[in-house]
Amino acid sequence: MKEIIKALGNVIFKMPQGFYVTFKHLFKKPVTLDYPRRKKPMVPRYRGRHYLERYEDGTERCVCCGLCAAACPADAIYMEPAENEKGERYSKVYEINLLRCIFCGFCEEACPEEAIFLGQEYEFSSDNRNSFIWTKEQMLVPHPRKDNPFKWIYRRVRKVYGVTDKGK
Amino acid sequence: MLEVVLISSLKVVVVMIGVLTACAYATYLERKIVAFMQHRIGPLYAGPYGLLQPIADAVKLIFKEDVVPNNVERWMYTLAPIISFVPAMLTFAVVPFAADATIFDHEVKMVISDLNIGVLFIFAVTSLGIYGIVLAGWSSGSKYSLMGGLRSSAQMISYEVSYSLSIIGVILVANTLSLRELVEQQASVGDWYIWRQPLGFLLYLTCAIAETNRLPFDLPEAESELVAGYHTEYSSMRFATFFIGEYGNMLAVSAVGTTLFLGGWQGPYLPSFIWFLIKVFLFMFFYIWLRATFPRFRYDQLMAFGWKVLLPLALLNAMVTAAVVML
Repeated sequence: MKEIIKALGNVIFKMPQGFYVTFKHLFKKPVTLDYPRRKKPMVPRYRGRHYLERYEDGTERCVCCGLCAAACPADAIYMEPAENEKGERYSKVYEINLLRCIFCGFCEEACPEEAIFLGQEYEFSSDNRNSFIWTKEQMLVPHPRKDNPFKWIYRRVRKVYGVTDKGK
Repeated sequence: MLEVVLISSLKVVVVMIGVLTACAYATYLERKIVAFMQHRIGPLYAGPYGLLQPIADAVKLIFKEDVVPNNVERWMYTLAPIISFVPAMLTFAVVPFAADATIFDHEVKMVISDLNIGVLFIFAVTSLGIYGIVLAGWSSGSKYSLMGGLRSSAQMISYEVSYSLSIIGVILVANTLSLRELVEQQASVGDWYIWRQPLGFLLYLTCAIAETNRLPFDLPEAESELVAGYHTEYSSMRFATFFIGEYGNMLAVSAVGTTLFLGGWQGPYLPSFIWFLIKVFLFMFFYIWLRATFPRFRYDQLMAFGWKVLLPLALLNAMVTAAVVML
């Protein structure tokens, strides 16, 4: 008798509450993303793949000073310097091993020329280990970028941390 | 004579195809609704909105390797899926799915066979489905299957009693066993037997879920304890047959519930067939809703609930109804 009353009470008072909860959630926006087809917008400060920037006249910003390689805690950056016809220093070889890279952004911070920036892309999967060593050609932007959003964020972050631009 | 045979076989083909399609799309519906209730998106890739997913599943299951373990009881192992599949389909033989229609000057009853003991036939047939599950559990030669089969037999016997008793109320009020007559008696919404037998409807719903081994009564296939229960050792199309059987049973129970309590195909404005489909869909939605809402019973809770709660309530319902009808 006790069980019957308890069961009936559950059916009348408690079960509708549970049903209401699940029904309410039926109309809420799904959290799951239809991933490969639809991608989540990353936050502006997200650190993904690297970009090498150019000056407005199209020459590379990187002068192969080696500060990024020195700052890199994962020892992922390798570079070889050379001189162009004007006698300016530039990097002949600039490689980042993405398997070693931990995407900390120290290279971005260390760079005095604002040449390297971390972008938003994060899909690097490959079936070949060699393809994870990214060369200069892969990272160099084809044209000088007018408004590099990462640069803006980077400057703001530096300001927040009280780091002043050395040259200016 | 020829015409009768022709019309009957046509009806059989149409109902069979309809039920099998409905079974396939019940899986789609379930996956989608449960997904939305859990903030997921469900199948999306096969066709627009994943609408071809059931077909993709069917093709996959047909082309899968049919693995038969060494120590199975061959005959029973082969027979079991069929035994659980056939009764689910047989139920639809007596369920009227639309109003009688006149096609080419022929009076066509929209029911395969208008048995005068339809309700009894349904009881007889649905009880047979248990054999498939029990035999599958026993013949697989695996402890998980055996446990699933045993649980299922105990559960089904416990709930079968209340299941039958829950309908007795309706039969007492309606004074007929023919499903067609039952539907005709529920012409308007006020005449639906759900209003005259609310407790009976509740009991029917509960027992029907237990009968079809669905959550929260899905102990025979409790995956967290028994791998997959009675169909652990089945693969490929044999497994698919069990699967269709389960969903067919769900549909059968929904269709019978619709006919007994919700007025079958009766309804205003829309064609009768559409009304029938809507009501069956509501039943199915409830099933899925329940699955997304409540966790599984513990085994002793299940038994206690069946014998100590459902059976006395069903008996009480039958007794009170009988007394009222007598007066």
